[in-house]
Amino acid sequence: MMSRTFRNLCCVVLLLSGMQARAELQIDITRGVTDPVPVAVVPFTHAANDGGADFASIIDHDLASTGRFKALARASMPAQPQRAADVNATAWRTARADYVVVGRATASGDDITLRFDLINVLNGQLLLSDEAITVPQKSPRKAAHRISDRIYEKLTGVRGAFDTRIAYVAVEGTPPSQRYQLVVADADGENSAIAARGNQPLMSPAWSPDGEWLAYVSFEKGVAAVNVQKVRTGELRQVSARAGVNGAPAFSPDGKRLALTLSGSSGNLDIYVLDLASQNLVRITEDPAIDTEPAWSPDGQTIYFTSDRGGGPQIYATAATSGSRARRVSFGTSYAARPRVSPDGKRLALVTQEGASFRIAALDLASNTMTTLSRGALDESPSFAPNGAMLIYAGREGAQGVLATVSVDGQVTARLKSREGEVREPVWGPFTN
Amino acid sequence: MKRKHLFVMFAVAVLAAACGSKPVKEDGSTATPVAGTTGNSGVQGNGIPTVDMGRPATGQGAVGPNSQLAAQRVIYFDFDSSDIRNEFVDVIAAHGRFLAGNATVRVRLEGHTDERGSREYNIGLGERRAQTVKRALMLQGVQEAQIATVSYGEERPAAAGSDENAWSKNRRVEIVYIN
Repeated sequence: MMSRTFRNLCCVVLLLSGMQARAELQIDITRGVTDPVPVAVVPFTHAANDGGADFASIIDHDLASTGRFKALARASMPAQPQRAADVNATAWRTARADYVVVGRATASGDDITLRFDLINVLNGQLLLSDEAITVPQKSPRKAAHRISDRIYEKLTGVRGAFDTRIAYVAVEGTPPSQRYQLVVADADGENSAIAARGNQPLMSPAWSPDGEWLAYVSFEKGVAAVNVQKVRTGELRQVSARAGVNGAPAFSPDGKRLALTLSGSSGNLDIYVLDLASQNLVRITEDPAIDTEPAWSPDGQTIYFTSDRGGGPQIYATAATSGSRARRVSFGTSYAARPRVSPDGKRLALVTQEGASFRIAALDLASNTMTTLSRGALDESPSFAPNGAMLIYAGREGAQGVLATVSVDGQVTARLKSREGEVREPVWGPFTN
Repeated sequence: MKRKHLFVMFAVAVLAAACGSKPVKEDGSTATPVAGTTGNSGVQGNGIPTVDMGRPATGQGAVGPNSQLAAQRVIYFDFDSSDIRNEFVDVIAAHGRFLAGNATVRVRLEGHTDERGSREYNIGLGERRAQTVKRALMLQGVQEAQIATVSYGEERPAAAGSDENAWSKNRRVEIVYIN
């Protein structure tokens, strides 16, 4: 009785401290292109209901995080116009801007509407004119990210992925007594919220294709179980708690099935596909080796996975049906694991070993060439941005687990600094707008 | 008696500072059963786990886990390996003989890896290590029903740090007596 009271008290304390332990990330460009394009985002006029949000600064930050753009400092701005008609191209060229963004916010009921223009001041061309974005007043940052998306797409031809979310695992405390949190945040690390927490490991988060659900592995009951949780409401479904390993969940592209790894009590890990509605379970691989870390091709036909059937871990591909033969797809490295498929299905991101280091590499499936993208000693868990332009992954700096991004050509890297302890296993969510 | 037991549970819960986890389990993981006792093996009347090192091994199983040898409950492994190193063969055999002679006693084998490589693959490696120890125990006559396995991969390190010293402590199977 006494112990229960105290345990409950202890839990309340943990709950409160956990709520404060918000994961705030801050982005540092660690390696960029040699000549990033200078963009001047002029401070927007405010709406009465925007809570003083600094839209221009959020856009600056988004664009700079790609390493391909740099923000023009406000002190260097020749003027602070709000409309394209008031932009003096010559003055901005002299200030060394290539592009200028001007905008204004207005309140409309419980919404904020942002209107903005994008001007190429090198040739005076108006690239985006009086574009409007409306968001609920409680999400002013979202409006800025959507503007960043439009600007990025206009300037690069690639859809922006700033208005997306990430999930990751945060760990507090030192071994052997650690506490685990599953955190969901905007792609820039802001607006973080804790989706799940506990004193037992949480791992392997995976987004549903509609961004509504997260699948993950929980050891809450001492043994592994795969949970599926609705992000918005916290609604929780335990979808697999079979004997042995229940791990590595991955939603199929149609969102109706979950690939996962099961071992049964025999301890032999194989890939299965679970139909979420019917609970029907189909065995995909059948091999005495470790088969795990399934990843779907975008068309849902192929499952890539890690297997050590040939000795060390390598990547294999199999049809997403029962009894198919697997073919090996990674060569030329002694260790290749945890594949993730690019949105266009043309390449895999994976973890490879180089000497004593574990790094992120991209494997082009057509040419079978592997390119190392990261430079850390213990990099892991790559995840593609939904536009395929960047990857987010986990690395280690000293004793600290950190998150980082790298462009798919390896040219641009950025580190997301966390104010809390260890962060790991980032997964980039889908487009939702 | 019961009150005392609850008090111990509470003390353990606070010490572990791990509310919501299972304090009894954490407690049990440090306990080693005493040969010849029944019921709550390793937990005396006052609820405090003991390891009776001085008591001679007698009765079924010959070498009970009360011996110095079997007080070792952690089996360590080489990198990317689930082979049992020579130095641990006797340790596992001692646990095996005890369990074979005490068919109501159950263990959970918790497999772990170091932090290198991918996490779910490491879950596989940890499971493979646990299965290797399970098979070694069964060779001693332990019944399969007495053995549960779980793999935590690299998720629950015993030692912090990113060097071989920490890694070598983390590549392990812990033999946890669960009753």
